[in-house]
Amino acid sequence: MTQRPKTLFEKIWDAHHVAQTAGGAHLIAIDRVFLHERTGASALKSLAASGRPVRDPARVFAVMDHIVDTRIGRGDDTLMPGGSAFITETRAAAQAAGITLFDVNDPDQGITHVISPELGIVLPGATLVAPDSHTCTQGALGAFAWGIGSSEAEHAMATGVLRLDRPKTMRVTFNGTLASAVTPKDMALHLLATYGAGGGAGHVVEFAGEAVTALDIEGRMTLCNMATEFSAMTAIIAPDAKTYAYLAGRRHAPASFDASYWSKLTTDDGATFDREIVIDAATIAPMVSWGTSPEHSMAVTGSVPKGPDRAHAYIGLEAGQTLLGTPIDAAFIGSCTNARLSDLRRAADLLRGRHIAPTMRKALVVPGSSAVKRAAEAEGLDKVFTAAGFEWRASGCSLCFYAGGESFPEGSRTISSTNRNFEGRQGPGIRTHIASPETVAASAIAGAIADPRELAR
Amino acid sequence: MTPFTSLNSVAVPLLRDNVDTDAIIPSREMKSTGRTGLADGLFAPWRYLDAVARVPDPAFPLNQPEAQGAQILLGGANFGCGSSREHAVWALAEYGIRCVIAESFAPIFRGNCIRNGILPVTLDRAAIDGLGWQKLVVDLTTQTVTADGKSHAFTIEEEPRQMLLEGLDAIALTLKSLPEIDAWTQADRARRPWIYAGKAA
Ligand code: SF4
Repeated sequence: MTQRPKTLFEKIWDAHHVAQTAGGAHLIAIDRVFLHERTGASALKSLAASGRPVRDPARVFAVMDHIVDTRIGRGDDTLMPGGSAFITETRAAAQAAGITLFDVNDPDQGITHVISPELGIVLPGATLVAPDSHTCTQGALGAFAWGIGSSEAEHAMATGVLRLDRPKTMRVTFNGTLASAVTPKDMALHLLATYGAGGGAGHVVEFAGEAVTALDIEGRMTLCNMATEFSAMTAIIAPDAKTYAYLAGRRHAPASFDASYWSKLTTDDGATFDREIVIDAATIAPMVSWGTSPEHSMAVTGSVPKGPDRAHAYIGLEAGQTLLGTPIDAAFIGSCTNARLSDLRRAADLLRGRHIAPTMRKALVVPGSSAVKRAAEAEGLDKVFTAAGFEWRASGCSLCFYAGGESFPEGSRTISSTNRNFEGRQGPGIRTHIASPETVAASAIAGAIADPRELAR
Repeated sequence: MTPFTSLNSVAVPLLRDNVDTDAIIPSREMKSTGRTGLADGLFAPWRYLDAVARVPDPAFPLNQPEAQGAQILLGGANFGCGSSREHAVWALAEYGIRCVIAESFAPIFRGNCIRNGILPVTLDRAAIDGLGWQKLVVDLTTQTVTADGKSHAFTIEEEPRQMLLEGLDAIALTLKSLPEIDAWTQADRARRPWIYAGKAA
């Protein structure tokens, strides 16, 4: 008897289904839990206080990425007042629980969603949760990986499962080919601008289509990263030869990917989704956000649309204005969206032999992981960035968000390769425009929002 | 967790779309790894004219005299989007909010509400628009929001409903299924040994 065609998500769900509860929820087995010092210590401390042990410490990992200082030569001290307590308490709690910890100066340290794939901790067909909304990034490897709260993290560690209601499914198909200088970041912003920040609510989104399979693994992570901005539960991309080649030899990955199991991790022909969206990739232009929600995004060459008054007032741009040429004060290349080696290479290509505008008050590059930092330095990318006027930092979340310590100069308009342009996200009153690393680099050179295609050689 | 059966309170309208968790509790207000001491920082960027000196903005809904002691907050679409920080919910709870009524919720925030005894109610915008500053009765047993004799029905999945009604600890509940979880895990070890291999040699 042939089986009903299933989506990739359904296959992973079924393979992790332990039981159904009396209340109708499902107990879904959790293969990996990843914690960071911002929300992890409270989960570990609360678990310890309840007297419950971590069920399988070998499958729980923690890293210092959020609060940790990114200035070179760092220790446990941070610029955030009281920040070092997050580091020391996470360290103590992780050691007490017997989980694997990537500490401040561990060679494997980095942003959770960068190091988990890098180390082969997230795997195709596996489930992974972390008390961090951008855990959806890791769906790019073909895993069912999603962000949860601290209480849920505690639940997963104590029991090995989570109680879930079955999410709905959506497929977003990008047909065709991206134009040159258009990146996965632009795909994500295009999706958000077209379908809204609530467009994916309650769904697991599978990204598919030629333009998605054409992406390398790092690009797929950028695309999946912003599924949470789409209000989706998470995103997933079917693993393929590129995925297995990427994972081969990574420290925590299996020694071999035996075809009979791994080849089944795809959406069957004829499987149905609760919702389908189809986008012609060729129509996507380099995108920049203009307002205070990621859905407030537009083609860099367009004019600002009408949006909520609050958003226009905060960002200081009126409907009908062009974005191109809007002066900026600061630039940031970093975050779990766009701080992998390929991102840094593409930005460096535009910056090589050039310098940021003299009006720029701050510009920094923060590699997504310590491994990315070493690899970039081995290629001399750090020299390209510093010669162009960027600061070169140690890995971490850094100014992707403002924790009360370091910020951008007061009143700055910033262009940033991050994922959130909320009011105050990068500091009180800071106006954030999110864009690809290429667009950030081109804009830093111009001292104003610029089209990266003008610089591409 | 405090059980939630019904609630009688004025509803404070914060009718903006995409209210994010950075606005509910900014990162700089999360000063310790604990779950308390957060109420003062709730909505700090909007509630205070000067967040450092804590000068209240009289125009912000929670600062209005009628909002004193309110336990219900009204929101727009995609309420609680952004960072997964459960601190947003801990701050609301510590401030005294027991119910958020919105057009839609971001999924992680909604889950966090249920785990902390806050009832997330989804109603359409037209209904919500009529509830601002009204005295409401929110009843989870009948799944209704009533204002001035007029009732709006809402839906919630059975499991979260039971957990809220009874104030259940999800972990304790799940641990009752430990034999099933153990059996499943043992079988899975044979199916997918690489998941359990730990650090490969
Ligand atoms: S880089 Fe930014 S978005 Fe990513 S995990 Fe860190 S703080 Fe969150």
